[in-house]
Parts: sequence; structure tokens; C-alpha cells
Amino acid sequence: MKVSMTVNGRPVEAEVDPRTTLVEFLRKHLNLTGTHVGCDTGQCGACTVHLNDRAVKSCSVLVGQAQGAAVTTIEGIAEDGGLHPVQAAFREHHGLQCGFCTPGMVMMAIDLLRNDPAPSEATIRQQLQGNLCRCTGYHNIVKAIQAAAATMAATEPAPTQMKEQLA
Amino acid sequence: MYAFNYHRPDSLEAAIGLLRTCEDGLFLAGGQTLLQSLRQRLAQPSDLIDLGALPELSGIRREGDQLVIGAMTRHAEVAASDLVRQSIPALAALAAGIGDAQVRNMGTLGGSIANNDPAADYPAGVLGLGATVVTSERELAADEFFTGMFETALEPGELIREVRFPIPRRAGYVKFAQPASRYALVGVMVAESAAGVRVAVTGAGPCVFRVPAMEQALAQDFQPQALDGIEVPADELNDDLHASAEYRAHLVGVLARRAVKAALAGL
Ligand SMILES: Cc1cc2nc3c(=O)[nH]c(=O)nc-3n(C[C@H](O)[C@H](O)[C@H](O)COP(=O)(O)OP(=O)(O)OC[C@H]3O[C@@H](n4cnc5c(N)ncnc54)[C@H](O)[C@@H]3O)c2cc1C
Ligand code: FES
Ligand code: FES
Repeated sequence: MKVSMTVNGRPVEAEVDPRTTLVEFLRKHLNLTGTHVGCDTGQCGACTVHLNDRAVKSCSVLVGQAQGAAVTTIEGIAEDGGLHPVQAAFREHHGLQCGFCTPGMVMMAIDLLRNDPAPSEATIRQQLQGNLCRCTGYHNIVKAIQAAAATMAATEPAPTQMKEQLA
Repeated sequence: MYAFNYHRPDSLEAAIGLLRTCEDGLFLAGGQTLLQSLRQRLAQPSDLIDLGALPELSGIRREGDQLVIGAMTRHAEVAASDLVRQSIPALAALAAGIGDAQVRNMGTLGGSIANNDPAADYPAGVLGLGATVVTSERELAADEFFTGMFETALEPGELIREVRFPIPRRAGYVKFAQPASRYALVGVMVAESAAGVRVAVTGAGPCVFRVPAMEQALAQDFQPQALDGIEVPADELNDDLHASAEYRAHLVGVLARRAVKAALAGL
């Protein structure tokens, strides 16, 4: 079957097997391998992307469900070869070790900051319940997100929103 | 996954018609449960009919003393809705506690109750609030809708359109989440309205159920201590690696008291 959608602001169209999940489509058809597959069963959040501005687990979405939608992946959040403030904060605050969970963590963090620009630590931890990290113990991830919230509050509008307006 | 044909109809009539004409079709809502079953080859539908392009199935509105929620309304929308928070805060809290943020962004009310997982949250909300499930064919009272483990009164091809929740005087929902999945090890919804008190329990048994002894006691005196001495027999409760039947029976009492407290606090 044929699907079409916008990925990181770029219109894409492809002929796919209906069984294709969104993450397979991103990784195999579009070569956007920044989105990771940890469990492929909806448990770990490594595959988190934005579907019409909402964080979803792309291993648990069929490509058909994204028909006509706007999808944003980890490759689509930074401007001009720089880092998104959330990425910069993860680097600064040592929010990653092996980095496997990181694309999903960053995409979830951006979603949560969009809904709550100044989240409490408890809110951050609650919103990250669907993202597992086997390395960091989460502490520095939470710290990074708090730091990113502060930077982003100081530099409105948020870069992802700007990007989407341009697209 | 076994192969299937995928359809994304843009009208309700087309969706219902498609399911009637295909050999062994299933509706696809958020896919948060169905996709895992397909992947594990636990389901082999000939066709999937995606309800994702039918805006008429989602949305939240108030009609008189009822809150009406469309079948395709995502858990996150119910959790964040001012209308739900004001009229039935316990239902907003229930939706906010389902799974995790990503699951709440995709998972739907209709998918949850059609699936009727013994540990799912919404069945307790729908039964405890005495809601009515409106389908493509008829209206079903919650008491007749949930019929057994992963079973409902839905006939093949019958589509859930919306659920009508009578707005209670007060209600509370409290669950003890299984820490890995966050499904309810046990969850209890307590609601008081002009029609009386309802207590619905999920997670404890093979299917959501009411506890008449607790309902009668709370109708006399809507206080946590009114439940002292009322026990739910462990005989028919779930017993697995997460919790014994006795432990679940104990939790029903503890959580019912907490749900009454939450209802009194208007949470
Ligand atoms: C990691 C994870 C954690 C979760 N934690 C919880 C939790 O804590 N509590 C909880 O309650 N749930 C939990 N869930 C389940 C989640 O809430 C699902 O979204 C829900 O059970 C199914 O909804 P869905 O919209 O995804 O339905 P789908 O998976 O699309 O469909 C489920 C079934 O319902 C049928 N169906 C769907 N819509 C209709 C309709 N309108 N009419 C008729 N039939 C229909 C489908 O044919 C299918 O058989 C969790 C899921 C995951 C992946
Ligand atoms: S790979 Fe999607 S949740 Fe783990
Ligand atoms: S950094 Fe290794 S899994 Fe999170």
C-alpha cells in the first residue's frame, strides 16, 4: 500500500507492506536510524518520536496510522547543525552513558516541556515512566531536563516549534 | 505479524461496512494492545480497519448530567480535559494513571473497554460510574457490557461509538500499580450519585466486578470506616507471580477505603 506523511518537515511517500511499523519505516525506508529499537514491544521508549506533536512509541504504531501526519524524529529537532537545548543539556549534565535510550529520552523530554515548560522533578520522573535507561540511574537525565527547561524559558520560542512553522 | 489488509476509511458507515464484508476483520484504535498481539501472532485478522481518520469518534462533551466521551478519545485527552477534571475528576485521574505518557497519547477509551483486560483501568471507571456504552447497534449498560476475561457483550463487527458517564455527586479511583507495567494489580472506583453507591474492582479478578456489600455499607455512611469488616473472598481472585489471591483480596479493602477518601476530598 501507499503511504505519505511529512517527516522532519519533508514530505515523503512510499510503497510499503501494511505490517510495517512506523519505526521500521523511519529506519529502513528513510534511513533515519537515530530512532532506536530497544524492545519492539512498547516497553522501553527508545523508539519515541513525535506524531503530530505528541510523543509516541514508533514500534507500536503502524505506518498506516501515520498516514498524512507530521512526524518528528531525533534527526529533526536541531537547527543548523547545532544541538537542540535538550540535547545540549543532556551533554552538559552527563544525561547519557551508552546513549542507546537517549533519542527516546530527548524526544520524550521535548514533548513534556511543550506541555509543561517548568516541570517539577516529580513530573519529569512521572512523564519518563515509559522510557527505560539501563545506564544512568535517571538522575542526570532529570537534571538535564530541568536545565533545558531553564534555557528554553530564557529563549522563546522553542526551536522545534519554529522548525514546524517553517515546514 | 501475519499478513493483513489495511484500511483507513473516512466515514463511520464505510468502517462498519468494511468490517461486515471482510472475512475476519478487526477495528484498529490506538493499536497499543492490538499491535503487540499481532506481533506475537496471537491474532490473525484478515483485515484491519483503522478508526484513526474518523474525527466523529473522538471528543468530550457534556450533555445535561452526563459526560460523553468518544471511543477514539486518547487517554491523554481525557486526563487533560478541563471538562472531565471539573465534572468527574476521578475519571481524569484514572486516565492520567494509565501506562505511560506515550501509551496515553495513542491508547483510546474504546480500545481499552473493547479489550477488557482484567487489569485495565477504564473497565473499573465505566462499571463504577454506571456508564452506558453506545455502539453502532445499541446502548449497553456497563453491568451487561463486561462479560468475562477479555470478553464483552460486543458482537462481531459491532463498533463502540462513545461512552456516556452519568456525573456522580462524588467519586474516587485508586489503583495499586504493578510496578513494571503500571496496569492495576488492583484498582477500585467508588462513586456516589442519586442512584446510590457503586464500587467496581479491576485487577483482582478475571473481569471487573462490583462489591454489593461495600455499596450497601457506603450508602448508609459514605466514610472509609463504613467498610471495616467487609472482606472480599479470595477464592475466585487472580493468583500469579505478581500477587497472591489473598493479597489482592486485602488490597481491595485498602484501596476501597482510599477511594472513598479520595471521593470525599474531591480528587
Ligand atoms: C506499556 C503499556 C502499558 C499499559 N498500561 C496500561 C495501564 O496501566 N492500564 C490500562 O488500562 N491499560 C494499559 N495499557 C493498555 C492501553 O491502555 C491500551 O491503549 C488499551 O488497552 C487499548 O486501547 P487501544 O486504543 O490501543 O486499542 P487497540 O489496541 O487498537 O484495540 C484493542 C482491541 O479493541 C478493539 N477495538 C478498538 N476500538 C474499538 C471500537 N471503537 N469498537 C469496537 N472494538 C474496538 C480492537 O479491535 C482490538 O481488538 C498499556 C499498554 C502498554 C503498551
Ligand atoms: S522499541 Fe518501542 S518501546 Fe521499546
Ligand atoms: S544511556 Fe545507556 S540505556 Fe540510557
